Order: sequence, then C-alpha cells, then structure tokens
Amino acid sequence: MSNGPEIWIIICALGAGTFLIRFSFLGLMQGRTFPDWAMRLLRYVPVAVLPGLVAPLVVWPDATGGEMDPARMGAALAALLLGALTRNVLGAMAGGMIALYVLLWAL
Amino acid sequence: MSQKSPSTAFTDGVKEALPFVFLVVPFALLFGVVATEAGLNLVETMGMTVLVIAGAAQFTAVALWVENAPTLIVILTALAVNLRMALYSAAMAVHYGKAPIWKRALIAYLLVDQSYAAAALKFEREPNLTLSAKLAYFAGVITPIAPLWYLFSYIGAVAGSAIPPEYALDFAVPITFIAMTAPMLRSLPHLIAAITSVVFALAFAWVPYSLGLMIAAAVAMGAGALTEIVLERRGRVIHE
Repeated sequence: MSNGPEIWIIICALGAGTFLIRFSFLGLMQGRTFPDWAMRLLRYVPVAVLPGLVAPLVVWPDATGGEMDPARMGAALAALLLGALTRNVLGAMAGGMIALYVLLWAL
Repeated sequence: MSQKSPSTAFTDGVKEALPFVFLVVPFALLFGVVATEAGLNLVETMGMTVLVIAGAAQFTAVALWVENAPTLIVILTALAVNLRMALYSAAMAVHYGKAPIWKRALIAYLLVDQSYAAAALKFEREPNLTLSAKLAYFAGVITPIAPLWYLFSYIGAVAGSAIPPEYALDFAVPITFIAMTAPMLRSLPHLIAAITSVVFALAFAWVPYSLGLMIAAAVAMGAGALTEIVLERRGRVIHE
C-alpha cells in the first residue's frame, strides 16, 4: 500500500515546525519573553486542543460507523475519572482499555 | 558550596529520567501500532517519530490524517498541540543561553515534555549548577528517553500489523488523549477550557476541513485565560 506525497509533507512540515517552536527562545529570540497575555493563552493550549480532538471520536466513533456506542463512552468516562482522580496517565490508559473490553463483552 | 562535576550531573540525569521511561515506552509502542493501523508504512512511521519526536502531536496528526482532513489543517492542528513547547524553550533559554548555537539546536530538537520537566525541576532545586553541568544533566536525561522512544515506536510499528481488529485499538487513541489530559484538569480555568473545547468541537463538527476543532481550541483558550483573569481579580478583592 502506498500513501500519496501528503504524508511526507505532513511529516516534514510537522518536524520543521516543531523544531522551530522548540528553538524559538533558545536560538532565535534570545533573551526576549512573551507578553503576559500570550503566556496566559499558551498555558491553556493543551487543554483547549486535546479535549476537542477527542470528543467527536468518543461520541461518534469510526469503528461503529459513527453510531453512538455505550461501551466506548463508558470507557472514555472511566479513563477521564481515573486520570482526574489519580493523576496517573498510565493507570488511566490501562483502566480505560480494561473498561472498554469489559463493556464490549458485557453489552 | 561545592561545584557539581559534569559527570555527576550526567549520572543524575540518567537516574532522574528513569521514572519517565515507564511512560515513554508504552506511548512509543502505542504510536507505532496506531500509525501502522492507520496505514502508515514503517518508513513513514519512523520518519515521523524521529523528525517530530512529540507524542501528542504525532497522535493528533495521524488521527486527523485518517479522517482525510486537508494537509494544511493536519499540520496546523498538530503544531498547535506543540505550541506549549515555546514555553519550554523560554524556560531553557535562561539556563542554556550561553551555550554554543549547535548545542542549543540539539537541546531544542530533544526538548520533549520529559526532558523539560526533569531539567526545570533540577535547576530549580540546584540553582548553582555550572553551564557544563547543566548541559551534561540534559544529555543524561535524554540518554534513556530518546533511544527508547525510537526503538519502541519501531517495535510497535512492526507488531502493529499483527494485532487483529477485535482488540478495538481504534479506541486506544482517544483513551490515551483522555488519560493525558485528565491530570491537567487541576484548576477551574483548565476545567472550563476543557469543557468549552468539548462543547464547541461537538457543536462545530459540521464545519468542513476539520476547522471546527481550530474554532473550539481558540474559544477554549480564551475561556481558560478569561477565567484565570476573573479568579485573580476576585482573589485580589478578597485579599484586600
């Protein structure tokens, strides 16, 4: 199977862009800092992007052809609660997958 | 106060990186598996792992690529996930600003969540480290992390094609993202940003080119920052 050139465009652009972000203050803008408002916004980037990315995948999963699936919703909820309560990323991943298998088997 | 030698700092780095190994190994393995199941071949999977070396952004790019999102949207969304690294860069510039440019470039390439977290903590605890000790410490931290990241992505990619669909690994990506995000919900502004992101992403799911996510992320960032400002003002009033 072969993918078009898009995948390599994505890989190279993502590699170059990520490097430039990491190199920004270390190499390009020595000694300068962000204004306060930008620092404030940047703090919320991960919690602003990742939940929005996940939500449609949980509510309308591809594996069921976009039909809502109680097993997948339950598993997502289990991972969320475990992660929020224990702050343990691996525990939440494992718990979520175990919940998924149990629910897929039980429902 | 006695100066710590670079070789001691290097050993410190390796030791203090070991707990992160337990996070990096399964993540790398999962990325290899998920990328392979998404249809990337071994060279493409490893190309992304080596050139990007940022798990969350790689998962994001693969998830959007599978949904046939336009190339530009895939790149911009995945880069948005990595914007937090500008903060890491600013924090490390304070410590490594006087190092030669090629060493700073190397640090930039290897500035992942784990190396940043370890270094930031170390330099706060031991502010008297010399530049060469700080450089050695960073080298020590990354020594177990980067090679294991490459190696286990490779193992995942090779093993991935052998895992049957009954294991429902399609859902491993959402579960991974949730597990990564849930511990970040430690304050009201973070919680509000996350809820806003979910609500807007679902409400704008109909917007073409996966632009709904960009809209949701922008609104959610604003909501988080705004909540922080409101809480600060209120806090000040109470303290006065």
